[in-house]
Amino acid sequence: MLSVREATTAYQGLVAISDVTIDVAKGEIVAVCGSNGAGKSTLIKTIAGAERPRSGTVTFDGEQINGVPQHLITARGIAYVPENRRLFPRLSVEDNLRLGSYMYRGKPDRDEPLKLVFDLFPRLSERLEQRAETLSGGEQQMLAISRALMTRPRLLMLDEPSQGIMPKLVDEIFQAVIKIRDAGMTVLIVEQRMAEVLEIADRAYILQTGRVQMQGKASEIATNPDVRKAYLGL
Amino acid sequence: MDSFTQRRRRDLILAAALAAIAACVPLFVKDVYVQNIMVLTLMYAALSQAWNILGGYCGQISLGHALYFGLGAYTTALLFTKFGVLPWFGMLGGGIISALIALALGYPTFRLRGHYFVIATIVIAEIGFLLFHNWDYAGAALGIDIPVRGDSWAKFQFTRSKLPFYYFALVFCCVAWFITWWLEDSKWGFWWRAVKDNPDAAESLGVVVFNSKMGAAAVSAFLTAIGGAFYAQFVSYIDPESVMTFQFSLLMALPAVLGGIGTLWGPVLGAVILIPMTELTRSFIGGSGRGVDLILYGAVIVVISLARPDGLIGLFSRRPASKGVPQ
Repeated sequence: MLSVREATTAYQGLVAISDVTIDVAKGEIVAVCGSNGAGKSTLIKTIAGAERPRSGTVTFDGEQINGVPQHLITARGIAYVPENRRLFPRLSVEDNLRLGSYMYRGKPDRDEPLKLVFDLFPRLSERLEQRAETLSGGEQQMLAISRALMTRPRLLMLDEPSQGIMPKLVDEIFQAVIKIRDAGMTVLIVEQRMAEVLEIADRAYILQTGRVQMQGKASEIATNPDVRKAYLGL
Repeated sequence: MDSFTQRRRRDLILAAALAAIAACVPLFVKDVYVQNIMVLTLMYAALSQAWNILGGYCGQISLGHALYFGLGAYTTALLFTKFGVLPWFGMLGGGIISALIALALGYPTFRLRGHYFVIATIVIAEIGFLLFHNWDYAGAALGIDIPVRGDSWAKFQFTRSKLPFYYFALVFCCVAWFITWWLEDSKWGFWWRAVKDNPDAAESLGVVVFNSKMGAAAVSAFLTAIGGAFYAQFVSYIDPESVMTFQFSLLMALPAVLGGIGTLWGPVLGAVILIPMTELTRSFIGGSGRGVDLILYGAVIVVISLARPDGLIGLFSRRPASKGVPQ
């Protein structure tokens, strides 16, 4: 479904990812892990069209999408939840959700994605009138994911969904990711909390200083002794 | 999502009721001076509504809308005096020219963020003012005297009564309000609020920030120019000083800021308070007191921004969203 081939992206000469190759097949949950500054966010931004790779290609459903403007990538069915959530703080929860459904082209279809959203996060339906800034950190993350779901994506990309959220809600959000996959979507998730994300992912990549250091089945990576030592502190 | 639909319907009914009351007011108010103030109040309500589309909803604060106001006034006056084109066509032409100029100016300036954009709008309007001040064909500093050809709707001239102007201003105000009402629930309205609140998040959702700003600028400039064209017919004499100065830019922005920036009713509420107050201070203090009205604006803005940053409309707010914000 998604294929990144030898992508290199740099910020003003500073290379953030180099020669990264990853694949995501339909219906998978794929995790990209690694420490701070490993290039995880850059990778996701490169796919979303927020950054352009200096070399390499990104293809989605067989079509090359690197170089395509960001809004057209959204229109092709890739939704992206940025790091730190990036909500519209002064708009209501309802308006934030509605905004997700206004795609660049075409008439918005709200009912179906909204049903899924309320099914995943019932507490949002109780807070429709509230301003987004009045939600707790976990609820804001739920709203950010829901807003992305309103674009009816086929591929959902999450950048550090666990950041700044209490552990109980992290679990709830990861359970929601599984349900999103079960609803027919594909998920690419970038996460620092490796132990937790490897439990829900099918496959995983580990990035280190901008390069893919390891890849494979999530269960195998989780039990790999080197990984356990280096990343899981075991 | 029912409460939202209900609120919109209630807004529409309230607007219709207010318009009906406003239409009846001249039956009781015969004083020409008061009628004059009422015309200006309606006009500024509409202009501020137009300003609010770009400045309030889309968050691009312009302090250069006098440029579009002046362009509307000049287009109408020039076409009429030089070519005998009826003001109605001049009005439309002025609107289109202003919208196009807004797009041309938006192309470079919408890449600027925050305060830089505001300063750019002031400077550009000032350049427009200077150009018209020195443009001989358009009367330069002397301006244009619109010749009186007798009262008629076709020529949009009325010397004996202010009532036709009053009713036009009322319709203009209603149209500007209705356009805002309609846009508020359209995808453009949502894009604009998204762009204002968090442009980066908007981009991540597939909103084209630049195009959204351009759309808001064009609609805003078009409506502002209609107001300028109306004003030229209303005062029947224009020069750069009377239609293009910075004060007009302020007078378009202030009612929205006072009433509630980025709200449907803010501009109307602000204009109803601010414009009569301005006119009254001017006439009580007289010509020598020019500037007292400006001091007053300043004071009003300071008080509002300290006590009610959301504008006076916040006093009527029924939405639970605006209260109980933690932190």
